[in-house]
Amino acid sequence: MLPVRLALETAAARAVARLSRGLGRGGGTTLPGKLLWRLDPSAVDALAARLPEGVVLLSATNGKTTTAAMCARVLGADRRLAWNRAGANLLSGVASALVGARKAELGLFEVDEAALPEAIARTRPRVVLLSNLFRDQLDRYGELEALAARWRTATASLDERATLVVNADDPVVAELGRGRERVVRFGLDDPRHAREGLQHAADSKYCVRCGAPYVYEAVYVGHLGDYRCPECGHARPELDVAARDVELRGTTGVRFRLVTPDGEGTVELPLPGLYNVYNALAAAALSSALGVAAPVLRSRLDGFGGAFGRFERIPVGGKRVVVLLVKNPAGANEALRTLETGVPRVLVLALNDAIADGRDVSWIWDVDFEPLLPHVERAVVTGARAAELGLRLVYGGLPDGRLEVIPDLERALDRGLELTEAGDDLVVLPTYTAMLALRGVLTARGHVAPYWEGGGR
Amino acid sequence: MRIRVGHLYPEYLNIYADRGNIAVLARRAALRGHELSVRAISRGDELRPGELDLLYIGGGQDREQALVAPDLAEKGPALAEAVAGGAALLAVCGGYQLLGRSYRGQDGSLMPGAGLFPLETVAGETRMIGDVLLECRLDGGEPRQLAGFENHAGRTLLDEGAQPLGRVLYGFGNDGVSGFEGCRVGAAIGTYLHGPLLPRNPWLADWLLARALAHASGGPPPALEPLDDTLEREAFRVAASRARERGGRR
Repeated sequence: MLPVRLALETAAARAVARLSRGLGRGGGTTLPGKLLWRLDPSAVDALAARLPEGVVLLSATNGKTTTAAMCARVLGADRRLAWNRAGANLLSGVASALVGARKAELGLFEVDEAALPEAIARTRPRVVLLSNLFRDQLDRYGELEALAARWRTATASLDERATLVVNADDPVVAELGRGRERVVRFGLDDPRHAREGLQHAADSKYCVRCGAPYVYEAVYVGHLGDYRCPECGHARPELDVAARDVELRGTTGVRFRLVTPDGEGTVELPLPGLYNVYNALAAAALSSALGVAAPVLRSRLDGFGGAFGRFERIPVGGKRVVVLLVKNPAGANEALRTLETGVPRVLVLALNDAIADGRDVSWIWDVDFEPLLPHVERAVVTGARAAELGLRLVYGGLPDGRLEVIPDLERALDRGLELTEAGDDLVVLPTYTAMLALRGVLTARGHVAPYWEGGGR
Repeated sequence: MRIRVGHLYPEYLNIYADRGNIAVLARRAALRGHELSVRAISRGDELRPGELDLLYIGGGQDREQALVAPDLAEKGPALAEAVAGGAALLAVCGGYQLLGRSYRGQDGSLMPGAGLFPLETVAGETRMIGDVLLECRLDGGEPRQLAGFENHAGRTLLDEGAQPLGRVLYGFGNDGVSGFEGCRVGAAIGTYLHGPLLPRNPWLADWLLARALAHASGGPPPALEPLDDTLEREAFRVAASRARERGGRR
């Protein structure tokens, strides 16, 4: 039995969720949690403590929602999950998931980077998965180094029986595992896919221990890779979970050999890019840490089709709208990289500047659009900051006469579809709130289910 | 004509998309038949004052700023000589702070500055973050506006009589109270505004280019042929409206 007060609070929160859905006001993903969080923040602690299998948390700049969805697919087959599937990843979102999932056995929560310390303190997780730190929305998160310092304090406070799962390829994140007994390290092991060098404005270029610039055996994504400090010898640690023989198939998908401590075999995903290999590695490492056997893990990961709004292929009247969410330079660069093998004739790029997108839009100048631009026949820019994005492309070398500026998202989508030939893909790169709006348009037209009805497939 | 640009510490100070400013200068120069030749000047590199027409220094995180500050302080006299000789300069955010006399951190530490701008910066407890709109009157001419975004913990205090870049219409500016933003010495401009600054404020890009061309040719700043800035004006309009709607203060 729940204590009386907690029982009343959760009942009230559940009623709010039903009301929210009943009024058609979205999935009620954050409202009940916000209410509970307001009423009594310690309810989160109490509800989390009641989960028989405990809580796992995951955080990162990029890939949280996709990785969590992969984990849910692997772990959810044998147990009931409390999972914040729509990506509401502040403590109120965690509270909502706890309220909404009756009889849950395991809590699986993606957590906002800045909210991680409090989430750890309140939910006392048995596993924490940390995947990467990139510069992101400086107006909201502040400097990367300050965030890293908060993560250091938070992970140091973890129970010593808790397992920390870290991306060995990110020096700042990997260093969090130093000196801990229970650590699982994952990384990429296929130098054939190394980039020529660090991306423009890469983060964490300097040794976390001594400050000297790292030397890279291979750079995979942003500053993620196989690094070594020539001064003090700090290097990427040994990998417990790795991806080898990676095959990238443009926007169609990836195939790789997944190596875990108890076996190895092939995994295929209809998701593009090395960054999704990283997401799969992270999910595999976390699941492996929870005792999922290698063959089971692989068969459940195999064929995973993507998380809400991150990557979607939506059929629209004999064409397909391919949506690649972009949020920050590192993520956008990887999205663009999946287009390198077959540059689309038409691109729709959408830039909004609400708080969830980042009010500061300067990050678009750190995205490496340049290699793509000479090959794009028509770029439609849209969203609240469409003109700014247009300038980015023009000053980045988009040939004259190939830009269309259409701030209205729906009109821009229609224009993009009009320019796309039957049977072709229309690639759309939106920021977060632009993605929600575009998805809203496609939902209203009946092309895609709303997200609270299990969207994202 | 060839415009020689020195980009200071590009591998350290690049946090606010500083290459956008360089890209704007390069394209606007090229469209008028001039060529920008950009050279990185990093730690330990010599800065020869007469050989640069335009200098650029961007912003960085605290750690990167600390890594370059001593080297920049050593380059101070050469920078001052370059600016006294008429070279143009644009310094943004962290670079702007480091070109003052000093930066005092929250822990009381004192970072030496290059001493080009007559100002000091002291770290505050909160960051000043948001859209900004300024009014500038650079050469006593018509007032013009600049729209940008600011994100800084430093409070920058100008010396008595020092010339700011402009007055804050919306946003925080140097310190959130004086109503001033940035600093100007000759053709050298320091500012907290990024966005980046120049794409949506092309008149300032042209102002810098004209001064750099004057330095390169030894003549007066030339009148630059106007360009089609329709998109630039639209980007400015939206950025300025953001500052009006949600700038940090009035």
